[in-house]
Amino acid sequence: MSTPANPDAIPTTDLPDLPDHAPDTVEDAAATLDRALPYRELGLKDDEYARIVELLGRRPTAAELAMYSVMWSEHCSYKSSKVHLGQFGDKTTPEMREHLLVGIGENAGVVDIGGGWAVTFKVESHNHPSYVEPYQGAATGVGGIVRDIISMGARPVAVMDQLRFGAVDHPDTARVVHGVVCGVGGYGNSLGLPNIGGETEFDPCYQGNPLVNALCVGVLRHDDIHLANASGVGNKVVLFGARTGGDGIGGASILASETFEGGVPAKRPSVQVGDPFMEKVLIECCLELFHGGLVEGIQDLGAAGISCATSELASNGDGGMHVDLENVLLRDPTLTAGEILMSESQERMMAVVTPENLEAFLAVTTKWDVETAVIGEVTGTGRLTIDHFGHRIVDVDPRTVAHEGPVYHRPFARPAWQDALVADAAEALPRPGTPAEVREQWLRLVASPNLASAAWITNQYDRYVQGNTALAMPDDAGVVRVDEATGLGVAIATDANGRFTKLDPYTGAQQALAEAYRNVATVGARPLAVTDCLNFGSPEDPDSMWQLVEAITGLADACRTLGVPVTGGNVSLYNGTGQPGRIDSSINPTPVVGVLGVLDDVAHATPSGWREEGLGVYLLGTTREELSGSEWARVVHDHLGGTPPVVDLAAERALGAILVTASRDDVAVAAHDLSTGGLAQALVDASVRFGVGVRIDLAGLLARDGVDLTSALFAESGARALVAVPLGSEVALADLCSARGFPVLRLGETTEEAEVAVVTPDGELTLALEELRAASATTLPHHFA
Amino acid sequence: MAQQPAVERGTGAAVGARIGVITFPGTLDDRDAARAVRLAGATPVTLWHGDPDLHGVDAVVLPGGFSYGDYLRAGAIARFAPAMNAVVDAARGGLPVLGICNGFQMLTESHLLPGSMIKNDHLHFLCRDQGLRVENTATAWTSQFAAGEEIVIPLKNQDGQYVADERTLDELEAEGRVVFRYVGGNPNGSRRDIAGITNERGNVVGLMPHPEHAVEPGFGPDASAGPRSGLDGLRFFTSAISSLLATA
Repeated sequence: MSTPANPDAIPTTDLPDLPDHAPDTVEDAAATLDRALPYRELGLKDDEYARIVELLGRRPTAAELAMYSVMWSEHCSYKSSKVHLGQFGDKTTPEMREHLLVGIGENAGVVDIGGGWAVTFKVESHNHPSYVEPYQGAATGVGGIVRDIISMGARPVAVMDQLRFGAVDHPDTARVVHGVVCGVGGYGNSLGLPNIGGETEFDPCYQGNPLVNALCVGVLRHDDIHLANASGVGNKVVLFGARTGGDGIGGASILASETFEGGVPAKRPSVQVGDPFMEKVLIECCLELFHGGLVEGIQDLGAAGISCATSELASNGDGGMHVDLENVLLRDPTLTAGEILMSESQERMMAVVTPENLEAFLAVTTKWDVETAVIGEVTGTGRLTIDHFGHRIVDVDPRTVAHEGPVYHRPFARPAWQDALVADAAEALPRPGTPAEVREQWLRLVASPNLASAAWITNQYDRYVQGNTALAMPDDAGVVRVDEATGLGVAIATDANGRFTKLDPYTGAQQALAEAYRNVATVGARPLAVTDCLNFGSPEDPDSMWQLVEAITGLADACRTLGVPVTGGNVSLYNGTGQPGRIDSSINPTPVVGVLGVLDDVAHATPSGWREEGLGVYLLGTTREELSGSEWARVVHDHLGGTPPVVDLAAERALGAILVTASRDDVAVAAHDLSTGGLAQALVDASVRFGVGVRIDLAGLLARDGVDLTSALFAESGARALVAVPLGSEVALADLCSARGFPVLRLGETTEEAEVAVVTPDGELTLALEELRAASATTLPHHFA
Repeated sequence: MAQQPAVERGTGAAVGARIGVITFPGTLDDRDAARAVRLAGATPVTLWHGDPDLHGVDAVVLPGGFSYGDYLRAGAIARFAPAMNAVVDAARGGLPVLGICNGFQMLTESHLLPGSMIKNDHLHFLCRDQGLRVENTATAWTSQFAAGEEIVIPLKNQDGQYVADERTLDELEAEGRVVFRYVGGNPNGSRRDIAGITNERGNVVGLMPHPEHAVEPGFGPDASAGPRSGLDGLRFFTSAISSLLATA
């Protein structure tokens, strides 16, 4: 073992060196009050350790220390974000709760979609593990979110992945991309879950901190909802699924809570290893258990493993819990009690089962060849007690472990560099002068890594399995059918724009919500609920903390205005390795926002591309001179600065209503939202989708909105969408818009020619679809295939 | 640990054909295959890998997935399941058997069909709408196609590269036992573009692409009639039903 780099660190990383047969018991702890424990190496601060001693009235045992250290980590306790996350609940009105069956705080929120059906969905991060070991980090990220969904009593029906990588041409990026994409696919494909969409972005700010977020959605009947609580004295606590091994020990507190520093031995990578086959069997096994009414309460084992599951189940219940730890089935018999409690071995679930149902429960797990152990029972003591071979090694109030961890009011302040960043507006950058120059820049954008086709990635994911996928990539939102009899289904879209959020975190987070909301409406779904994954820098850096607070406030305010509640999510901090206080100290703040909407019949879902010539092509919404933070500024000028596009939530709401109605009434045959890359990219996407060209004249738009050609094509103003309408429906579209006073403009029509043709006051420019397709399709394979 | 079949034992072939779909641990497309059977007009019967009784079904589908995680060779463990022993016996007696993807791998592992599947030549999982040419319409599962017809059904796998020794490949060709060939590009390096094959008798067919995912408007591959409207997979199942009628 090398010498710790930090001279203050206690020079041992081992738990108290007692052999297995003589564990550090509660009795020992009471007798040796001043014994030093390696709490700092487990991620606890001095004052946090002092608080544990105060709570217990003695020093913790080694096992208790293990539990507190993982449960009080940033990852599990949300200690830096908790005081601000309260806004999501505080700003949720009774009207917004109308469709909420289960809100924030459980494994995932549950939303009523009608017909007795409910859906549960959530997005979560697995960022740090995915940098250390991309394949397993990403795979277990999918596995973890899927188990959250199962824990609610739902059948998982789809996944999505939100990925952020370093520069596309950096030598380390391919390592991460290959591992992460194979991991997401390898795990999700093996579970039989269609991947219905996601995001991929390349930016140097993610070089040392890739983001791997995964979303899962599940379906259940209202009666099927299960919650994580342990009630009923005498009920059995059952651990089932994979055996407990040495993987992921300390992952929760160490990997997710501190930045990596060389030479500190306690921060060894400890990424979990996934077994998707076991998880698939576990899904079917759990669903059969739920169906048989054999489960009183259930919790998946994720971060902090048994520590988390026992303390959360116990503190959500009405009594206490006792566990005999030697009954846990082990993969590695040499594990200490503390390691068993901290292990993050995957594919494990913990259930509370009545004694009468135990036999039937075991019959189901045996049928599925799922190993099962009764490890304890619910008690009336109000305490969580854990024995190991008869020695009492844990005796705590479970609430102090699970819910009453430290809460920090971290200092935050607008960064010193923010004003200069905002002053450096992209609107001042040189713009193309001639149609030929526009054409050249347009093609560069189409081929750029963040606008190019993601098919190289998405073709590695199964989008067909389960037979209910109505839309998937590259359409605006993923759509899956829930009820085969009626066609009732849900649409989900996720978005985040780290560049906008860096320029203005409040607005950037709102833009993410606005775009996801717009995407869901674009396919014809009524937006109902929100999940978010807040990926930010260190909470100990006031700059990052300010970004986080601003983003949460912006998102909560926008959710209230749009009438869609946040039902659950996740916070990932410490995504940065630079010096605090510098503009490049952490990633672009990246609040990933997922919006779920409902469609009465998924057969009406509107695709993003037009399939026939002669359709009227309309632009809904207003274009402003908004180039700051745009993809044009990034690709053409390698520039980030200025003020992001304004967010007009009233306009987003009106546009959403128009798009939903246009889809339901078959007015629109294709619709595509305008976002990254602006009108130019939307035209390309909609034309290339089915190989049908378009011809538009921009004179009307330039005159009406008072913008130049560059802004018309490349500005990323919000609340806009492109809609294709058959001749007979053009009046209906005009009526829909005029009823809401919403701007609409006929740009042109789809054509027989396989090209995107744009008439400008300075002349015409055309791009052949074949040229566009080639430019778009070759970028990712060029770098990674 | 036998599981009751979803439907009572029937009276054999003919109208109301009962087609069994076997679920192994790690099977993924079993409910999809059952839906395809239903949409084709037959009755799907849920069968369990641990049950050696095929419950009198008129045909069997071995669906896709990753049985037992496919951590060994795809299908290598599934072939030892009690249900598979019953399938092998019944297939030798003429029972129509369709192996899709992992099911095809089980058929080669249990030697009902020759050759084997190895990892795709590009080493990635690949999901795409795949063109196929129907080369043999005399099997139990392809009678509703026209000879030489080109169809589109989804392909999705990691271990889809069909390999066999040259003599076996020559025999398959000579006996007309290549049922499907990839068109529009070989997606995985399969020898001689082979996507699916049959046994001498024509009752056992295995292929890597997934016909059960091209059976319902709105949820299949893109087709000329519209996005996700491809229905070419349906005729696999209607072929089986009509062949059962013919032999009833």
